[in-house]
Amino acid sequence: MNHPLPEPVIDLRRATASLGARPVLRGVDLTVRTGEVVALLGANGSGKSTAVRSVIGQVPLTGGELALFGTEFRRFRDWARVGYVPQRTTAAGGVPATVREVVTAGRLARTKLGILRKADRAAVHRALELVGMADRAKDSVNALSGGQHQRVLIARALAGEPELLIMDEPMAGVDLASQEVLAAALREQVGRGSTVLLVLHELGPLEPLIDRAVVLRDGCVVHDGPPPEAVGQHALPGHDHVHPHADAAAEPIRTGLLS
Amino acid sequence: MEILDYAFMQRALIAALIVGITAPAIGIYLVQRRQALMGDGIGHVALTGVGLGFLLNTSPVWVATAVAVAGSVVMELIRWYGRTRGDLALAMLFYGGMAGGVMLMNLSDAGSNANLGTYLFGSITTVSPQDMTTIYVLAALVLAITVGLRRQLFAVCQDEEFARVTGLPVRLLNLLVAVTAAVTVTVAMRVVGLLLVSALMVIPVAAAQQISRSFAVTFATAVAIGVAVTVTGTTTSYYVDVPSGATIVLFAIGLFVVFTALAAPLAKKRARDAAQASRGCTLEVPGSRGATDDVSVAG
Repeated sequence: MNHPLPEPVIDLRRATASLGARPVLRGVDLTVRTGEVVALLGANGSGKSTAVRSVIGQVPLTGGELALFGTEFRRFRDWARVGYVPQRTTAAGGVPATVREVVTAGRLARTKLGILRKADRAAVHRALELVGMADRAKDSVNALSGGQHQRVLIARALAGEPELLIMDEPMAGVDLASQEVLAAALREQVGRGSTVLLVLHELGPLEPLIDRAVVLRDGCVVHDGPPPEAVGQHALPGHDHVHPHADAAAEPIRTGLLS
Repeated sequence: MEILDYAFMQRALIAALIVGITAPAIGIYLVQRRQALMGDGIGHVALTGVGLGFLLNTSPVWVATAVAVAGSVVMELIRWYGRTRGDLALAMLFYGGMAGGVMLMNLSDAGSNANLGTYLFGSITTVSPQDMTTIYVLAALVLAITVGLRRQLFAVCQDEEFARVTGLPVRLLNLLVAVTAAVTVTVAMRVVGLLLVSALMVIPVAAAQQISRSFAVTFATAVAIGVAVTVTGTTTSYYVDVPSGATIVLFAIGLFVVFTALAAPLAKKRARDAAQASRGCTLEVPGSRGATDDVSVAG
């Protein structure tokens, strides 16, 4: 990184965190700059989920520093600029809720006292269209497939029109059709200049969008640079060969074969 | 209507109506965050407040409200900080509250076992004009919170982590839900009793969600069911001379059974409508448009 760089949106330095007594992050540096699309890769238990969850304040850091949009984390209040897609469990609570109701919750940060204006309803509709769920707006989220569920959670994050989008394993357990929809939605978002941090198990159909990959192993960064060409097990260290992807204008062949 | 000639029955019906609205209105959030039994726990704790009220010779309703609010805050704190032992801590609170209430009431001069019964199972015809004022004030508060903050509360109860990341004051809103539930418990105490309060918070919601797909419709239907069972239950108890609280709860369970029976044919009809709308199978090609599109070769 020796060329002039835009402002860091996420600036995590020497971060340590533990779950119970087990140290999960052992000095992680992660910088994401305006307009970048960064993938956080690693095997299960490598600390990648914990790293993003610490960025959004859901796992407290035991050491190190974190700044969002140039503001020290403790002072950061501007959450409307951040859209978060949690690792998919379920969008359903104990009471039925429609797709639109769930997505509208993502707009709250942009409203005053939760009162929806015309612009808010329009933003919710746009987010639903972006993930191809506008025609299901009135359906209960309980009636959706896993992939549709995930599309709803992403629409919820997009409804707030965030500058920074943080997604935890958005492609896990998502059918091929939904993966394509999600990749297209993300491409559109990136085209508008959004900054994106993704936790991924493997690059998959999102690969052409990704500027940089950070690979974690045992709570340490073992690779920070262009996305490793091979995915899955081969994304692990020892395989982090640099490939000439940066100047390749041609879109890589997407096989659609994920696993 | 003869029933309306008596002032005590007028008060009883108004109190019943208010409880029918407020209990499901807060109950829906408890059900949404899968804490359906929280109202029951608060009811147990409130009994200590009732006992304390008798012992101190002050209004049992206000002391019960204060103790129930304190109890609900403690429960919320246990939920935040206690992890593995949370359920046991809650059990202590529930049974401690119950035992404390019985003990305190026994120690007081005014409290007797007969009195205990009216608080445990409700005694709607003994609602006094002063009680009514309390009920109005508390009910207005409950409605202002459950309706006015519905979007925020929905977000928090649906997905707490996401709500935190959107910058909502999640702890404050959770506390508000707990305190509102506590207030509702004491409002409903005279109508259905502390042991049956939770039923009115949960059963109308459970019945409503059998037939609805949205939170908004569930909310409205649950309140309608709440009003229907509290008013008919109270009226029935006047004519047939049965305890109002038990009648109301049994009516609610009856409606739940009816709604559940309606749910299966309704789901079938919806599936049929949906199938009709999509008019048979179309070949779905991932990432492309439907197979019925015009064929064009050019990229």
